[in-house]
Amino acid sequence: MIEQFDAIVVGAGMSGNAAAYTLASQGLKVLQLERGEYPGSKNVQGAIMYANMLEKIIPDFRDDAPLERHLVEQRLWVMDDTSHTGIHYRSDDFNEAKPNRYTIIRAQFDKWFSRKVREAGATVLCETTATELVRDGNGKVIGVRTDRAGGVVFANVVVLAEGVSGLLGTRAGLREMPKPETVAIAVKEMHFLPEEVIGQRFGVKGDEGCVIEAVGTISRSMAGLGFLYTNKESISLGIGCLVSDFAATMESPSALLDAMKNHPSIRPLIAGSEVKEYAAHLIPEGGYRAIPQLFGDGWVIVGDAAQLNNAIHREGSNLAMTSGRVAAEAIIKVKSRNGPMTKANLALYKTMLDDSFVIKDLKKYKDMPALLHTNSSNFFDSYPRLMSHAAQTFMRVDGTPKIEKEKNTTAAFINARSRWGLVSDAVRLALAWR
Amino acid sequence: MTIAGTKVRVEDKLYQNRYLVDSGRPHIIVRPHDKPSANLLALTYVCPAKCYELNDKGQVEITADGCMECGTCRILCEKGGDIEWNYPRGGFGVLFKFG
Repeated sequence: MIEQFDAIVVGAGMSGNAAAYTLASQGLKVLQLERGEYPGSKNVQGAIMYANMLEKIIPDFRDDAPLERHLVEQRLWVMDDTSHTGIHYRSDDFNEAKPNRYTIIRAQFDKWFSRKVREAGATVLCETTATELVRDGNGKVIGVRTDRAGGVVFANVVVLAEGVSGLLGTRAGLREMPKPETVAIAVKEMHFLPEEVIGQRFGVKGDEGCVIEAVGTISRSMAGLGFLYTNKESISLGIGCLVSDFAATMESPSALLDAMKNHPSIRPLIAGSEVKEYAAHLIPEGGYRAIPQLFGDGWVIVGDAAQLNNAIHREGSNLAMTSGRVAAEAIIKVKSRNGPMTKANLALYKTMLDDSFVIKDLKKYKDMPALLHTNSSNFFDSYPRLMSHAAQTFMRVDGTPKIEKEKNTTAAFINARSRWGLVSDAVRLALAWR
Repeated sequence: MTIAGTKVRVEDKLYQNRYLVDSGRPHIIVRPHDKPSANLLALTYVCPAKCYELNDKGQVEITADGCMECGTCRILCEKGGDIEWNYPRGGFGVLFKFG
Protein backbone atom coordinates (compact mmCIF):
# COMPACT_ATOMS: atom_id res chain seq x y z
CA MET A 1 0.00 0.00 0.00
CA ILE A 2 1.29 3.42 -0.89
CA GLU A 3 1.16 5.86 1.96
CA GLN A 4 0.52 9.46 1.01
CA PHE A 5 1.65 12.30 3.27
CA ASP A 6 0.59 15.92 3.30
CA ALA A 7 4.25 16.88 3.44
CA ILE A 8 7.67 15.26 3.44
CA VAL A 9 10.43 17.25 5.10
CA VAL A 10 13.93 16.26 3.97
CA GLY A 11 16.40 16.88 6.80
CA ALA A 12 16.20 17.35 10.56
CA GLY A 13 18.30 20.44 11.05
CA MET A 14 17.01 23.82 12.18
CA SER A 15 14.90 24.60 9.10
CA GLY A 16 13.55 21.05 8.74
CA ASN A 17 12.59 20.78 12.38
CA ALA A 18 10.92 24.19 12.32
CA ALA A 19 8.93 23.20 9.22
CA ALA A 20 8.01 19.71 10.44
CA TYR A 21 6.97 21.00 13.87
CA THR A 22 4.82 23.80 12.44
CA LEU A 23 3.14 21.50 9.89
CA ALA A 24 2.51 18.66 12.34
CA SER A 25 1.21 20.89 15.10
CA GLN A 26 -1.46 22.13 12.68
CA GLY A 27 -2.57 18.55 12.11
CA LEU A 28 -0.88 17.85 8.79
CA LYS A 29 0.36 14.34 8.12
CA VAL A 30 4.13 14.82 8.05
CA LEU A 31 7.04 12.51 7.28
CA GLN A 32 10.51 13.78 8.09
CA LEU A 33 13.59 12.04 6.67
CA GLU A 34 16.98 12.23 8.36
CA ARG A 35 20.06 10.38 7.16
CA GLY A 36 21.83 10.45 10.53
CA GLU A 37 21.54 7.81 13.23
CA TYR A 38 19.79 10.46 15.34
CA PRO A 39 18.75 14.03 14.53
CA GLY A 40 21.83 16.20 15.00
CA SER A 41 24.37 13.51 14.24
CA LYS A 42 25.16 15.16 10.88
CA ASN A 43 24.65 18.76 11.92
CA VAL A 44 27.38 21.26 12.76
CA GLN A 45 27.05 24.83 13.96
CA GLY A 46 29.13 27.26 16.09
CA ALA A 47 26.63 27.55 17.75
CA ILE A 48 24.59 30.57 18.81
CA MET A 49 20.81 30.25 18.94
CA TYR A 50 18.56 33.30 18.81
CA ALA A 51 15.60 33.02 21.16
CA ASN A 52 13.12 35.21 19.29
CA MET A 53 12.94 32.94 16.25
CA LEU A 54 12.52 29.80 18.32
CA GLU A 55 9.90 31.50 20.54
CA LYS A 56 7.80 31.99 17.43
CA ILE A 57 7.77 28.20 17.02
CA ILE A 58 8.00 26.84 20.57
CA PRO A 59 7.24 29.75 22.95
CA ASP A 60 8.15 27.88 26.16
CA PHE A 61 11.35 26.31 24.80
CA ARG A 62 13.31 27.51 27.84
CA ASP A 63 11.49 24.98 30.03
CA ASP A 64 13.35 21.99 28.66
CA ALA A 65 15.63 22.86 25.72
CA PRO A 66 19.32 22.05 26.27
CA LEU A 67 20.81 25.55 26.41
CA GLU A 68 24.43 26.17 27.34
CA ARG A 69 24.98 29.84 28.30
CA HIS A 70 23.11 33.05 27.59
CA LEU A 71 25.38 35.67 26.09
CA VAL A 72 26.23 38.82 28.00
CA GLU A 73 29.40 39.77 26.16
CA GLN A 74 30.53 39.91 22.57
CA ARG A 75 34.06 40.67 21.46
CA LEU A 76 35.14 41.45 17.92
CA TRP A 77 38.86 41.07 17.49
CA VAL A 78 40.96 42.31 14.60
CA MET A 79 44.14 40.29 14.74
CA ASP A 80 47.65 40.40 13.44
CA ASP A 81 50.23 37.73 14.18
CA THR A 82 50.91 38.75 17.78
CA SER A 83 48.08 41.11 18.77
CA HIS A 84 44.41 41.78 18.71
CA THR A 85 42.53 45.06 18.63
CA GLY A 86 39.12 44.56 20.18
CA ILE A 87 35.69 46.05 20.27
CA HIS A 88 33.88 44.57 23.25
CA TYR A 89 30.30 44.97 24.25
CA ARG A 90 29.06 43.64 27.57
CA SER A 91 25.81 44.47 29.23
CA ASP A 92 24.06 43.37 32.39
CA ASP A 93 20.85 44.06 30.45
CA PHE A 94 21.43 40.70 28.77
CA ASN A 95 20.88 39.07 32.17
CA GLU A 96 17.12 39.10 31.70
CA ALA A 97 14.30 36.72 32.48
CA LYS A 98 14.12 35.64 28.86
CA PRO A 99 17.61 36.06 27.42
CA ASN A 100 18.04 36.94 23.77
CA ARG A 101 20.87 34.62 22.67
CA TYR A 102 22.25 31.32 23.88
CA THR A 103 25.13 29.07 23.01
CA ILE A 104 23.95 25.56 22.20
CA ILE A 105 25.49 22.20 21.26
CA ARG A 106 23.71 21.12 18.12
CA ALA A 107 23.69 17.34 18.57
CA GLN A 108 21.93 17.84 21.91
CA PHE A 109 19.69 20.68 20.83
CA ASP A 110 18.57 18.89 17.67
CA LYS A 111 17.61 15.77 19.62
CA TRP A 112 15.40 17.96 21.80
CA PHE A 113 13.89 19.77 18.81
CA SER A 114 13.22 16.44 17.10
CA ARG A 115 11.44 15.13 20.19
CA LYS A 116 9.14 18.17 19.97
CA VAL A 117 8.54 17.40 16.29
CA ARG A 118 7.52 13.82 17.13
CA GLU A 119 5.33 15.01 20.02
CA ALA A 120 3.60 17.33 17.58
CA GLY A 121 2.64 14.26 15.57
CA ALA A 122 5.18 13.99 12.75
CA THR A 123 6.75 10.68 11.75
CA VAL A 124 10.53 11.03 11.94
CA LEU A 125 12.50 8.44 10.00
CA CYS A 126 16.22 8.43 10.84
CA GLU A 127 19.02 6.47 9.14
CA THR A 128 17.32 7.20 5.83
CA THR A 129 19.18 9.01 3.08
CA ALA A 130 16.96 10.73 0.53
CA THR A 131 18.50 10.04 -2.86
CA GLU A 132 16.18 11.55 -5.45
CA LEU A 133 13.02 13.56 -5.94
CA VAL A 134 10.18 11.72 -7.65
CA ARG A 135 8.24 13.75 -10.23
CA ASP A 136 5.15 13.09 -12.29
CA GLY A 137 4.85 13.46 -16.06
CA ASN A 138 4.39 17.21 -15.75
CA GLY A 139 7.50 17.66 -13.63
CA LYS A 140 5.59 18.20 -10.39
CA VAL A 141 7.44 16.84 -7.36
CA ILE A 142 5.29 14.07 -5.88
CA GLY A 143 7.65 12.24 -3.56
CA VAL A 144 11.13 11.24 -2.50
CA ARG A 145 13.21 8.16 -3.22
CA THR A 146 15.23 6.91 -0.25
CA ASP A 147 17.92 4.31 0.25
CA ARG A 148 15.55 2.04 2.18
CA ALA A 149 14.22 -1.10 0.47
CA GLY A 150 11.20 -0.12 -1.60
CA GLY A 151 11.90 3.31 -0.35
CA VAL A 152 9.71 5.70 -2.32
CA VAL A 153 7.45 7.93 -0.25
CA PHE A 154 4.81 10.28 -1.61
CA ALA A 155 3.46 13.64 -0.49
CA ASN A 156 1.57 16.67 -1.76
CA VAL A 157 4.57 18.85 -1.07
CA VAL A 158 8.26 18.27 -0.31
CA VAL A 159 10.13 20.67 1.95
CA LEU A 160 13.81 20.60 1.02
CA ALA A 161 15.61 21.27 4.28
CA GLU A 162 18.59 19.25 3.15
CA GLY A 163 21.34 21.66 4.05
CA VAL A 164 23.95 23.53 2.09
CA SER A 165 25.24 20.45 0.26
CA GLY A 166 21.90 18.71 -0.14
CA LEU A 167 21.66 16.29 -3.03
CA LEU A 168 18.03 16.41 -4.08
CA GLY A 169 17.59 20.00 -5.14
CA THR A 170 20.85 20.13 -7.08
CA ARG A 171 20.30 16.74 -8.77
CA ALA A 172 16.78 17.66 -9.82
CA GLY A 173 18.01 20.96 -11.20
CA LEU A 174 15.86 22.98 -8.80
CA ARG A 175 18.93 24.84 -7.64
CA GLU A 176 22.53 25.12 -8.73
CA MET A 177 25.39 23.61 -6.82
CA PRO A 178 26.85 26.32 -4.58
CA LYS A 179 29.93 27.80 -6.20
CA PRO A 180 33.30 27.69 -4.40
CA GLU A 181 33.13 31.47 -3.94
CA THR A 182 29.69 31.35 -2.30
CA VAL A 183 30.46 28.83 0.44
CA ALA A 184 32.96 28.77 3.29
CA ILE A 185 34.42 25.66 4.83
CA ALA A 186 34.59 25.97 8.61
CA VAL A 187 36.39 23.62 10.97
CA LYS A 188 35.72 23.48 14.67
CA GLU A 189 36.99 21.76 17.80
CA MET A 190 35.21 21.19 21.09
CA HIS A 191 37.54 22.09 23.94
CA PHE A 192 36.41 20.85 27.33
CA LEU A 193 37.29 22.73 30.52
CA PRO A 194 35.71 22.83 33.98
CA GLU A 195 32.79 25.25 34.25
CA GLU A 196 34.54 27.44 36.84
CA VAL A 197 37.69 27.74 34.70
CA ILE A 198 35.61 29.07 31.82
CA GLY A 199 33.94 31.48 34.25
CA GLN A 200 37.32 32.78 35.44
CA ARG A 201 38.91 33.09 32.01
CA PHE A 202 36.02 34.98 30.47
CA GLY A 203 34.87 36.90 33.53
CA VAL A 204 31.42 35.38 33.56
CA LYS A 205 29.39 33.76 36.34
CA GLY A 206 26.68 31.13 36.37
CA ASP A 207 25.11 30.68 32.97
CA GLU A 208 26.56 33.88 31.52
CA GLY A 209 28.48 33.41 28.31
CA CYS A 210 30.92 35.24 26.08
CA VAL A 211 31.55 35.22 22.36
CA ILE A 212 34.74 36.14 20.54
CA GLU A 213 34.76 36.58 16.79
CA ALA A 214 38.03 37.34 15.08
CA VAL A 215 39.14 38.52 11.68
CA GLY A 216 42.64 39.23 10.47
CA THR A 217 45.84 37.43 9.73
CA ILE A 218 44.48 34.19 11.23
CA SER A 219 42.77 33.65 7.86
CA ARG A 220 46.04 34.19 5.92
CA SER A 221 44.64 36.79 3.52
CA MET A 222 41.55 34.69 2.77
CA ALA A 223 38.02 35.94 3.43
CA GLY A 224 37.30 34.28 6.75
CA LEU A 225 36.32 34.43 10.39
CA GLY A 226 37.51 32.77 13.56
CA PHE A 227 35.19 32.21 16.49
CA LEU A 228 35.24 31.15 20.10
CA TYR A 229 31.96 30.46 21.90
CA THR A 230 31.67 29.55 25.57
CA ASN A 231 29.44 26.61 26.42
CA LYS A 232 28.80 25.42 29.96
CA GLU A 233 31.77 23.07 30.18
CA SER A 234 33.36 23.51 26.80
CA ILE A 235 34.55 26.05 24.28
CA SER A 236 33.63 25.80 20.61
CA LEU A 237 36.60 27.08 18.66
CA GLY A 238 36.72 27.31 14.92
CA ILE A 239 37.61 29.13 11.76
CA GLY A 240 36.12 29.25 8.29
CA CYS A 241 37.17 30.72 4.95
CA LEU A 242 35.79 30.65 1.42
CA VAL A 243 36.29 27.37 -0.40
CA SER A 244 37.52 29.28 -3.47
CA ASP A 245 40.19 30.99 -1.34
CA PHE A 246 41.33 27.68 0.14
CA ALA A 247 41.56 26.15 -3.35
CA ALA A 248 43.56 29.12 -4.65
CA THR A 249 45.99 29.27 -1.72
CA MET A 250 46.16 25.51 -1.05
CA GLU A 251 45.95 26.23 2.65
CA SER A 252 44.70 23.49 4.92
CA PRO A 253 41.73 24.24 7.21
CA SER A 254 43.09 22.08 10.01
CA ALA A 255 46.47 23.84 9.88
CA LEU A 256 44.68 27.20 10.01
CA LEU A 257 42.77 26.10 13.09
CA ASP A 258 45.95 24.89 14.78
CA ALA A 259 47.68 28.20 14.06
CA MET A 260 44.71 30.11 15.48
CA LYS A 261 44.84 27.99 18.65
CA ASN A 262 48.49 28.97 19.01
CA HIS A 263 47.87 32.69 18.65
CA PRO A 264 49.07 34.39 21.85
CA SER A 265 45.63 35.98 22.35
CA ILE A 266 43.79 32.64 22.05
CA ARG A 267 46.20 30.12 23.56
CA PRO A 268 45.70 31.09 27.23
CA LEU A 269 41.92 30.90 26.87
CA ILE A 270 41.97 27.21 25.94
CA ALA A 271 45.09 26.12 27.85
CA GLY A 272 44.74 22.68 29.43
CA SER A 273 41.55 21.83 27.58
CA GLU A 274 40.62 18.37 26.38
CA VAL A 275 39.50 18.23 22.74
CA LYS A 276 36.65 15.79 22.25
CA GLU A 277 35.57 16.41 18.65
CA TYR A 278 36.76 17.85 15.37
CA ALA A 279 34.04 18.86 12.91
CA ALA A 280 33.78 20.50 9.52
CA HIS A 281 30.86 22.07 7.71
CA LEU A 282 30.09 24.30 4.75
CA ILE A 283 28.49 27.69 5.37
CA PRO A 284 26.51 29.53 2.66
CA GLU A 285 28.18 32.90 2.09
CA GLY A 286 26.74 34.10 -1.19
CA GLY A 287 24.03 36.21 0.42
CA TYR A 288 21.02 37.64 -1.39
CA ARG A 289 22.42 37.16 -4.89
CA ALA A 290 22.99 33.43 -4.30
CA ILE A 291 19.42 32.63 -3.19
CA PRO A 292 17.94 30.08 -5.61
CA GLN A 293 14.34 29.76 -6.77
CA LEU A 294 12.53 29.04 -3.49
CA PHE A 295 9.42 27.20 -4.64
CA GLY A 296 7.95 25.20 -7.51
CA ASP A 297 5.33 22.60 -8.30
CA GLY A 298 5.21 20.43 -5.20
CA TRP A 299 8.32 21.77 -3.48
CA VAL A 300 9.78 24.54 -1.38
CA ILE A 301 13.37 25.03 -0.26
CA VAL A 302 14.41 26.39 3.15
CA GLY A 303 17.43 27.10 5.36
CA ASP A 304 21.04 26.58 4.27
CA ALA A 305 19.84 24.72 1.15
CA ALA A 306 18.37 28.07 0.07
CA GLN A 307 21.61 29.93 1.01
CA LEU A 308 19.67 31.79 3.73
CA ASN A 309 22.63 32.85 5.83
CA ASN A 310 23.60 36.34 6.93
CA ALA A 311 27.39 36.17 6.85
CA ILE A 312 27.84 39.76 8.03
CA HIS A 313 25.92 39.17 11.26
CA ARG A 314 26.87 35.49 11.47
CA GLU A 315 23.21 34.53 11.63
CA GLY A 316 22.17 31.29 10.03
CA SER A 317 20.09 29.08 12.28
CA ASN A 318 17.55 31.82 12.93
CA LEU A 319 17.07 32.38 9.20
CA ALA A 320 16.79 28.61 8.84
CA MET A 321 14.17 28.29 11.58
CA THR A 322 12.23 31.25 10.25
CA SER A 323 12.23 30.07 6.65
CA GLY A 324 11.13 26.59 7.79
CA ARG A 325 8.31 28.04 9.84
CA VAL A 326 7.21 30.48 7.11
CA ALA A 327 7.25 27.74 4.44
CA ALA A 328 5.11 25.57 6.70
CA GLU A 329 2.66 28.41 7.34
CA ALA A 330 2.36 29.03 3.61
CA ILE A 331 1.68 25.32 3.00
CA ILE A 332 -0.93 25.31 5.78
CA LYS A 333 -2.64 28.33 4.22
CA VAL A 334 -2.73 26.74 0.77
CA LYS A 335 -4.10 23.51 2.25
CA SER A 336 -6.71 25.33 4.34
CA ARG A 337 -8.31 26.73 1.22
CA ASN A 338 -8.09 23.30 -0.45
CA GLY A 339 -5.56 24.58 -2.96
CA PRO A 340 -3.19 22.20 -4.73
CA MET A 341 0.55 22.54 -3.96
CA THR A 342 1.32 24.19 -7.27
CA LYS A 343 4.06 26.67 -8.06
CA ALA A 344 1.47 29.45 -8.25
CA ASN A 345 0.06 28.64 -4.82
CA LEU A 346 3.42 28.02 -3.14
CA ALA A 347 4.60 31.45 -4.31
CA LEU A 348 2.92 32.52 -1.09
CA TYR A 349 6.01 31.21 0.75
CA LYS A 350 8.26 33.67 -1.06
CA THR A 351 5.82 36.54 -0.56
CA MET A 352 5.76 35.84 3.17
CA LEU A 353 9.54 35.37 3.38
CA ASP A 354 10.17 38.59 1.43
CA ASP A 355 8.18 40.38 4.09
CA SER A 356 10.31 38.96 6.93
CA PHE A 357 13.69 39.95 8.32
CA VAL A 358 15.22 37.00 6.45
CA ILE A 359 15.08 38.48 2.97
CA LYS A 360 15.14 42.11 4.14
CA ASP A 361 18.45 41.58 5.96
CA LEU A 362 20.03 39.63 3.12
CA LYS A 363 18.94 42.29 0.65
CA LYS A 364 20.52 45.01 2.78
CA TYR A 365 23.92 43.33 2.50
CA LYS A 366 23.56 42.08 -1.07
CA ASP A 367 26.85 43.68 -2.18
CA MET A 368 28.94 42.79 0.87
CA PRO A 369 29.98 39.26 -0.17
CA ALA A 370 31.39 40.47 -3.49
CA LEU A 371 33.23 43.35 -1.82
CA LEU A 372 34.83 41.26 0.92
CA HIS A 373 35.56 38.29 -1.30
CA THR A 374 37.28 40.24 -4.05
CA ASN A 375 39.35 42.36 -1.68
CA SER A 376 40.15 39.76 0.92
CA SER A 377 43.86 40.48 1.23
CA ASN A 378 43.09 44.13 2.06
CA PHE A 379 40.28 43.51 4.51
CA PHE A 380 41.70 40.38 6.13
CA ASP A 381 45.43 41.11 6.06
CA SER A 382 46.59 44.67 5.24
CA TYR A 383 44.07 46.57 7.36
CA PRO A 384 44.36 44.29 10.41
CA ARG A 385 48.15 44.69 10.34
CA LEU A 386 47.85 48.47 9.94
CA MET A 387 45.33 48.69 12.74
CA SER A 388 47.52 46.74 15.10
CA HIS A 389 50.56 48.79 14.15
CA ALA A 390 48.65 52.03 14.73
CA ALA A 391 47.38 50.89 18.13
CA GLN A 392 50.81 49.76 19.23
CA THR A 393 52.45 52.98 18.06
CA PHE A 394 49.82 54.94 19.98
CA MET A 395 50.34 53.00 23.20
CA ARG A 396 54.07 52.41 23.23
CA VAL A 397 55.87 55.25 25.03
CA ASP A 398 59.38 55.58 23.64
CA GLY A 399 60.25 59.27 23.45
CA THR A 400 59.09 59.67 19.84
CA PRO A 401 57.12 62.93 19.58
CA LYS A 402 53.38 62.24 19.14
CA ILE A 403 53.20 64.31 15.94
CA GLU A 404 55.85 62.09 14.39
CA LYS A 405 53.97 58.95 15.46
CA GLU A 406 50.80 60.20 13.82
CA LYS A 407 52.66 61.01 10.61
CA ASN A 408 54.19 57.54 10.57
CA THR A 409 50.84 55.87 11.07
CA THR A 410 49.19 57.89 8.32
CA ALA A 411 52.12 57.17 6.02
CA ALA A 412 51.83 53.44 6.75
CA PHE A 413 48.17 53.42 5.66
CA ILE A 414 48.92 55.41 2.49
CA ASN A 415 51.90 53.21 1.64
CA ALA A 416 49.82 50.09 2.00
CA ARG A 417 46.72 51.15 0.08
CA SER A 418 47.42 54.61 -1.48
CA ARG A 419 45.15 57.59 -0.80
CA TRP A 420 42.86 56.59 -3.62
CA GLY A 421 42.69 52.98 -2.39
CA LEU A 422 41.78 54.07 1.14
CA VAL A 423 39.02 56.38 -0.05
CA SER A 424 37.64 53.86 -2.51
CA ASP A 425 37.66 51.04 0.10
CA ALA A 426 35.78 53.30 2.52
CA VAL A 427 33.24 54.37 -0.10
CA ARG A 428 32.65 50.83 -1.36
CA LEU A 429 32.26 49.56 2.20
CA ALA A 430 29.79 52.32 3.03
CA LEU A 431 27.78 51.67 -0.12
CA ALA A 432 27.67 47.93 0.45
CA TRP A 433 26.67 48.37 4.08
CA ARG A 434 23.93 50.91 3.38
CA MET B 1 56.01 22.38 8.68
CA THR B 2 55.76 19.27 6.52
CA ILE B 3 52.60 17.91 4.97
CA ALA B 4 53.29 14.64 6.75
CA GLY B 5 53.33 16.50 10.06
CA THR B 6 49.97 18.06 9.28
CA LYS B 7 48.52 14.72 8.27
CA VAL B 8 49.39 13.04 11.51
CA ARG B 9 47.69 15.79 13.43
CA VAL B 10 44.51 15.55 11.37
CA GLU B 11 44.39 11.81 12.00
CA ASP B 12 44.76 12.55 15.69
CA LYS B 13 41.87 14.99 15.47
CA LEU B 14 39.66 12.47 13.66
CA TYR B 15 40.47 9.87 16.30
CA GLN B 16 38.18 11.83 18.66
CA ASN B 17 35.22 11.47 16.32
CA ARG B 18 32.65 8.70 16.07
CA TYR B 19 32.09 6.96 12.74
CA LEU B 20 30.11 4.04 11.47
CA VAL B 21 32.09 3.06 8.37
CA ASP B 22 30.15 1.39 5.55
CA SER B 23 32.92 -1.11 4.73
CA GLY B 24 33.51 -1.67 1.04
CA ARG B 25 30.99 1.02 0.03
CA PRO B 26 32.84 4.34 -0.08
CA HIS B 27 30.44 7.25 -0.67
CA ILE B 28 32.98 9.23 -2.69
CA ILE B 29 34.93 7.86 -5.64
CA VAL B 30 37.77 9.57 -7.50
CA ARG B 31 37.46 8.99 -11.24
CA PRO B 32 40.56 7.36 -12.78
CA HIS B 33 42.95 9.98 -14.15
CA ASP B 34 46.52 10.36 -15.33
CA LYS B 35 47.11 13.83 -13.98
CA PRO B 36 44.85 15.48 -11.40
CA SER B 37 43.06 18.74 -12.24
CA ALA B 38 44.00 21.81 -10.21
CA ASN B 39 40.88 21.47 -8.04
CA LEU B 40 41.41 17.76 -7.45
CA LEU B 41 45.00 18.42 -6.46
CA ALA B 42 43.82 21.21 -4.14
CA LEU B 43 41.77 18.65 -2.20
CA THR B 44 44.98 17.10 -0.90
CA TYR B 45 45.30 20.33 1.12
CA VAL B 46 41.77 21.65 1.44
CA CYS B 47 39.87 18.54 2.58
CA PRO B 48 39.54 19.18 6.34
CA ALA B 49 39.81 15.45 7.05
CA LYS B 50 42.78 14.95 4.70
CA CYS B 51 40.92 12.13 2.95
CA TYR B 52 42.67 12.91 -0.34
CA GLU B 53 46.30 11.96 -0.91
CA LEU B 54 48.72 11.83 -3.79
CA ASN B 55 50.02 8.37 -4.66
CA ASP B 56 53.52 7.77 -6.01
CA LYS B 57 52.22 8.05 -9.60
CA GLY B 58 51.07 11.59 -8.93
CA GLN B 59 47.39 10.63 -8.92
CA VAL B 60 44.92 11.61 -6.22
CA GLU B 61 43.39 8.82 -4.14
CA ILE B 62 40.71 8.96 -1.49
CA THR B 63 40.21 7.09 1.75
CA ALA B 64 36.79 8.28 2.84
CA ASP B 65 36.67 6.62 6.28
CA GLY B 66 37.44 9.85 8.14
CA CYS B 67 35.15 12.00 5.98
CA MET B 68 33.08 14.54 7.92
CA GLU B 69 30.66 14.89 4.98
CA CYS B 70 31.24 18.63 4.69
CA GLY B 71 30.89 18.68 0.90
CA THR B 72 33.97 20.79 0.12
CA CYS B 73 35.22 18.26 -2.43
CA ARG B 74 31.79 18.10 -4.02
CA ILE B 75 31.78 21.90 -4.43
CA LEU B 76 35.22 21.87 -6.02
CA CYS B 77 35.23 18.69 -8.06
CA GLU B 78 31.81 17.17 -8.78
CA LYS B 79 30.91 19.47 -11.64
CA GLY B 80 34.20 18.88 -13.45
CA GLY B 81 33.72 15.12 -13.16
CA ASP B 82 36.79 14.50 -10.98
CA ILE B 83 34.76 12.72 -8.34
CA GLU B 84 31.48 10.92 -7.85
CA TRP B 85 29.88 12.18 -4.70
CA ASN B 86 27.10 10.77 -2.54
CA TYR B 87 26.10 10.86 1.07
CA PRO B 88 26.75 7.59 2.94
CA ARG B 89 23.82 5.22 3.29
CA GLY B 90 21.42 6.17 6.07
CA GLY B 91 22.96 5.74 9.51
CA PHE B 92 26.53 5.36 8.22
CA GLY B 93 29.35 7.86 8.18
CA VAL B 94 30.28 10.46 10.77
CA LEU B 95 28.19 10.64 13.95
CA PHE B 96 28.77 13.96 15.63
CA LYS B 97 28.52 13.82 19.42
CA PHE B 98 28.43 17.61 19.71
CA GLY B 99 28.31 19.07 16.21
